[in-house]
Amino acid sequence: MWTKLANPGFFMRWSGRLLPWFAGATVLVFATGLYMSFFMAPPDYQQGETIRIMYIHVPSAWMALFLYTMMSISAIGTLVWRHPLADVSQKAAAPLGAAFTLVCLITGALWGKPMWGTYWVWDARLTSVLVLFLVYAGIMALWRAIDDPGRAARAVSILTLVGALNLPIIRFSVDWWNTLHQPASVFRMDGPTIYPAMLYPLLVMGLAFALLAITMHAYAMRTELMRRRIRTLNILEAERLDSRAAA
Amino acid sequence: MTRAFLALLARDLRLASRIGGSGVMGLVFFLMILTLVPFALGPDLNLLSRIGPAILWIAAVLSTLIGLDRLFQADEEDGSLDLITASPLPLPAMVLAKVTAHWLTTGAPLALLSPVFGLLVALDGVGMLAVAATLLVGTPALTFIGAVGAALTASIRRGGLILSILVLPLMIPTLIFGVSAANAARGGTVPFTTPFLILMAITLISGLIATIAAAAALKQGE
Repeated sequence: MWTKLANPGFFMRWSGRLLPWFAGATVLVFATGLYMSFFMAPPDYQQGETIRIMYIHVPSAWMALFLYTMMSISAIGTLVWRHPLADVSQKAAAPLGAAFTLVCLITGALWGKPMWGTYWVWDARLTSVLVLFLVYAGIMALWRAIDDPGRAARAVSILTLVGALNLPIIRFSVDWWNTLHQPASVFRMDGPTIYPAMLYPLLVMGLAFALLAITMHAYAMRTELMRRRIRTLNILEAERLDSRAAA
Repeated sequence: MTRAFLALLARDLRLASRIGGSGVMGLVFFLMILTLVPFALGPDLNLLSRIGPAILWIAAVLSTLIGLDRLFQADEEDGSLDLITASPLPLPAMVLAKVTAHWLTTGAPLALLSPVFGLLVALDGVGMLAVAATLLVGTPALTFIGAVGAALTASIRRGGLILSILVLPLMIPTLIFGVSAANAARGGTVPFTTPFLILMAITLISGLIATIAAAAALKQGE
């Protein structure tokens, strides 16, 4: 059943039918999440209203990592099964992941100004996100450098997987290098330490961001499939004209 | 297989030492960066001595990039890559031979001469030894990581810039532990061995990952 769902032609049909529903759900969850985080969540007793930046900042950091994971899984699909849809998924995820990483960096800087008194500090978490952004940039640059989509996909897959193996090492070394940021407070072995009235809006916003990422990823995949179809048609047309000119 | 490995190593070393090779260029480039830094920072020897290991390491990272874009590209262009691929030597071993040759002509002389360069930034004896030791252990990791980028960009014309964008972020852990080991040797709260052992581990891990990844990249590039 999975092979059938992943057939590019069939993918175009079922994704076209499902996507409006996903887009609608994204809007609804976003409206709920934004209402909760701006009107229902209490201001922090120390950080005041600026705590609301968290509801954008933290989910975009989650999405930055989620899309890299998705890219790595697709990279395995490209290298092991040579599946064309895996290429497309990989290519669609890269700019999205980079965009979420950028949103995370910018909101982090805006949050840093009132909290730490400066837009940027070379603290461990900020720095690892910046490095993640650079890795995304490298991946996008390599996509642009090779014009054959199949070869580009295989080269990028290797880079993505090498990056996936390296990101934990980078994270560990940057942690070693400097730490000033607060430790993780939602995903912990002994349960979240964040106050529930702030946790629920955060989780709803997390769901909204996940829906947004999935919807945009599917749209980007459809665009990429159409772009490849046009490319193939162009090549076929050029060959037809060429053979007619020769004859 | 050992003979094929040694033959490839000897060939690359010979190529690097002849006209058109990048043998001594890395060292000159290294010296060049080292000369530029005091012009930017000012001639204060106390400051230079304090950040000396960092300057030497940055210079080492940048000079590793020299010639890296030609590591596989030159062989890809004149067809010798196909001949090497057809030889009994497995592709990862071939990558290892070429990386070793590149390191012997860039990283190793740099590490061995770094005490001399250390004089320029007023390092003391312990500092010089520490920088030399960390460079000797750490530069292979830089070359290994660079080899992945070189293999990925082997078939791209003007791949030099994109190569740097691909590999520099991955070199950050090596840089961090190299500099902190060199600084730890000169005093501080952390014992020298902790970052030094991690630096060794990074070199070994990147050796493993890079040979496999670069071989895979060369294979798919055909």
